[in-house]
Amino acid sequence: MLTILRQIAITGIKTEATPPVADEDVVAARLQEKVLRTLGRALTIRQVDAGSCNACELEIHALANPYYNIEGVGIRFVASPRHADMLLVTGPVSKHMAIALKRTYDATPDPKLVVAVGDCGCTGGIFGESYASLGRVANVIPVDVEIAGCPPAPTALLRGILAAITASSPLKPESDSHPE
Amino acid sequence: MNLSGLGLASAPIPGAIPALRVPVSSGQLLAACRLAWEQAATLVALWVTDDRDRGRGFCLRVALHDADGLTVLEYTIPEASASYPDLSAIFPAANRMQRAAFDLVGAASESDDQRPWLWMASWPIDKFPLQRDFVASPKWEPGEETYAFVKVEGDGVHEIPVGPVHAGIIEPGHFRFQVVGEKVLRLEERLGYVHKGIEKRFESMPIEAAHRLAGRVSGDSTVAYAWAYAQSVEAIASVAVSPRASWLRALALERERIANHLGDLGYLGNDGGFAFGLAQFSRLKEDVLRLNLAVFGHRMMMDYVVPGGVAAALDPRHDAALREQCASLEREIRVLRDIYDEHAGLQDRFRTCGRVTPDLAAQLGLTGLAGRASGQARDVRCDFRSPPYDVVPARKMTQTDGDVAARVTVRFDELFESLRLCVALVDGMPQGEFLASVPAPQPLRLGVGYVEGWRGPVFIALESGPDGTIRRCHPHDPSWTNWPVIEHAVIGNIVPDFPLINKSFNLSYSGHDL
Repeated sequence: MLTILRQIAITGIKTEATPPVADEDVVAARLQEKVLRTLGRALTIRQVDAGSCNACELEIHALANPYYNIEGVGIRFVASPRHADMLLVTGPVSKHMAIALKRTYDATPDPKLVVAVGDCGCTGGIFGESYASLGRVANVIPVDVEIAGCPPAPTALLRGILAAITASSPLKPESDSHPE
Repeated sequence: MNLSGLGLASAPIPGAIPALRVPVSSGQLLAACRLAWEQAATLVALWVTDDRDRGRGFCLRVALHDADGLTVLEYTIPEASASYPDLSAIFPAANRMQRAAFDLVGAASESDDQRPWLWMASWPIDKFPLQRDFVASPKWEPGEETYAFVKVEGDGVHEIPVGPVHAGIIEPGHFRFQVVGEKVLRLEERLGYVHKGIEKRFESMPIEAAHRLAGRVSGDSTVAYAWAYAQSVEAIASVAVSPRASWLRALALERERIANHLGDLGYLGNDGGFAFGLAQFSRLKEDVLRLNLAVFGHRMMMDYVVPGGVAAALDPRHDAALREQCASLEREIRVLRDIYDEHAGLQDRFRTCGRVTPDLAAQLGLTGLAGRASGQARDVRCDFRSPPYDVVPARKMTQTDGDVAARVTVRFDELFESLRLCVALVDGMPQGEFLASVPAPQPLRLGVGYVEGWRGPVFIALESGPDGTIRRCHPHDPSWTNWPVIEHAVIGNIVPDFPLINKSFNLSYSGHDL
């Protein structure tokens, strides 16, 4: 127990108030303010891998490490779409995942946000559209914000999530926020 | 491998690893596999190529690994209606590979198990994507198929279906548990959800650019895949890679191993109810990724390994930072390892959990780090010592308990070993060119790549087409062999231990589903 406490004390608080790149240095603070102001509660995200190579998932995982500390700014990844405000979807959407993705979308209560992650989620990426791939996430479910990158870095993910909250502020019913 | 008793002719396959191709007849195929099994060879990959355009029907290839290197058996299936002998009685892992080969190429084995594996009703069942005359139709809608799961019946037995969308941030797959109370009687996996047509996609890419696709077969192993692909291109284009390039590749590969082992050790702690471990290890992993960005231009080092060498030389300014990070990681990991080792709650979860005995592991061909935790002492880096491991030898880390604790131990041991290797690679980095030009290879040449990624050996077989095109590329993840072993590892364990067992293997879905 003492070694654990000692290690915690030595490590200190690693969470970055000001990430290094100029454009990004207030991301965490803005995000927290936005989340609280817009939602008045924690933003909950359900992540869906709809066919990715797993690199995007690794960077989404990184959001939870002590440097980005996404839970610290009021954002939580949840286990069920029924508990979620936002779907964070990586692509390309494989045909085999299309039905599961649509069902996950339907199971998410309105109002809801969808953020497509990574070059494959935004455009189909290197896999494109084929007999097995439907390409970009927007080909399957309505998408509010796209975050490019292969894979996008955690700071880019934070910015994209912020953009989605901002664009839909205050959260609108689905019919308004997804004009076809 | 000694197949001399069968009177078979063989020809060398060019590449970084000693490899032979051996044409066999149908009777010889089974005999050769049996003989290989008796000599402790393991099945690396099984794939089929449509060669009807050359008037040769279909070519079944079976890659086997033993102490001498790779042996690729080649059997010609005269036409799609013909079948080939079932190899799963000798190599159990062949079962899913044979089913996948049928789904994609349309040549069936004689196995009793003819259930689809990668097919899920999203294209007509009588169309085969890797046949050369295949044309996809935009009218084909995603479908749903009824898969014949094995059902356990009896008093109090119930079924838990999980996935494809899982509760955590992980890749999609379906698990069907048959349980009594908390105890798992049987687990059946259904994979294929992230099948996105990678092998077909390869055939539309120029050979010199497809390392980018190879590097995205399984994103966590991008360096291993890109390196294996580069090996296969260099083999058929007869390109020699400079010492500097192979040292830089190894530096990237070892850093990929370090990053993944750190991440997994954190999640293993977390799945054992010890969130402190996740916080600590994920912090260390982030440090590694950040230095990767500074040194290699990408957090995961994607597209760093290219055919002919690497994309950029190492700026000597980074040498100190690389050495320093290795030293500080080693210090920190020692502290954390002691904490893990002495944490009674964690050890209670780790020990005896998800055990795969060495006997079972040998039978099922368990490979990579999970294999080494169950006494299967194979490591491509150590067994074949292709550059730079001939000059900077890696030490093989093995355990025999075969439980989660053993896989954790192997990860810790390999972490320290990779840190040592990284320092040695930086210290001894040769000077010279880092990128050689790669001419378009002659058509119809077969090359292989074989690299020990962090999860296990990554294999790539590449066949060239005319004018720098790809005729066929088969990337093969160690997960193919290891997924079925998890079905055995969970038997008798409780359902809540499944995430821990699963994470201790941490197999790839994307690399498997292709």
